[in-house]
Amino acid sequence: MKTVVLALCAVLSSTCMAAPDARRSGFDDMTPPLRAMQRDDALNPAMLSVLEGQALWHRPPAPGQQACAGCHGEAAASMRGAATRYPAFSATSQRPVTLHERINECRVTQQNAAPLPVENPAALGLLGFVALQSRGLPIAPPADARLQPYRDAGAALYTTRFGQLALSCAQCHDARAGLRLGGSTIPQAHPNGYPLYRLEWQGMGSLQRRLRGCMAGVRAEPFALGAPEWVALELYLMQRAAGMPLETPAVRP
Amino acid sequence: MPTAIVTMPATAKRGEVIAIRTLVAHPMETGYRPGDGGGVLPRDLIRRFQCHYNGELVFAAELYPAVAANPLIAFFTVATESGTLRFSWDGDNGFAHSESVAITVT
Repeated sequence: MKTVVLALCAVLSSTCMAAPDARRSGFDDMTPPLRAMQRDDALNPAMLSVLEGQALWHRPPAPGQQACAGCHGEAAASMRGAATRYPAFSATSQRPVTLHERINECRVTQQNAAPLPVENPAALGLLGFVALQSRGLPIAPPADARLQPYRDAGAALYTTRFGQLALSCAQCHDARAGLRLGGSTIPQAHPNGYPLYRLEWQGMGSLQRRLRGCMAGVRAEPFALGAPEWVALELYLMQRAAGMPLETPAVRP
Repeated sequence: MPTAIVTMPATAKRGEVIAIRTLVAHPMETGYRPGDGGGVLPRDLIRRFQCHYNGELVFAAELYPAVAANPLIAFFTVATESGTLRFSWDGDNGFAHSESVAITVT
């Protein structure tokens, strides 16, 4: 019986991957009021954070240092599409980096400033502002051969069972996506709106925070903050969502 | 520096009913939630929102712990004359923020 179920899971997940049209953004499963909240910038509470990020973009981190705008100019032109390409391979770190880590590299090497910690409100704001410039553009993971081993590691993590409940990401988000978990619809887990405003959090959060929540949900110990496993998972998830339009800053229940 | 977003038309005809939407960044901590250390997180709320149209109070609201973080307040007023609408939020721990938006009435 167990093997039958597993075989069924495998079939379902392979058809999911083969037919890109079957992919649904979490946006499509939201209630009409929530969708209206995301669509309208005057209602979207994530825009408060993005506005802070915009101010940070133009403000030098310390007197005498360059602001982001000092090198990159107007974000609308220079940052257009940037968020669709991350995580990307960094020549500086010799490993894949998320957009957050890329911003931190810039802060350390160009601005002589301290890196912004994960989930820091300023970091989320800046990240949201940069990603906003790619809103509506399709996710375009780079075809960089150096990324492939990490992406494969992410794919392996995605199908690895974790925690006391011994569940893998794929068991819920591929095999049972669209079904219910308690009162909520299980989404397909496409990372196409981060950083986003989650009503459950009453605030902004990153993809890492969301993934940590899932790991805690299956009663596993989440990886450490900024661990390479998060980047590998993000690489795989972005590849899985390739071509879907970016919604940043999104709203989710 | 708290952030607020006010959305309203920049121009209106005299006597027209205009829609105003305001969004302000605030945690609206209820005072009932446990924190990481096991204690209760201290209450931190916006208590009152006011809108003055050329100095005259046209809309006000009292806010309570049941209001979610980053409160959105939407309301209507009648465009009577050109001038400024001043929006102010006041709350616990000396929280005070105000925004002014000009309107031209023809």
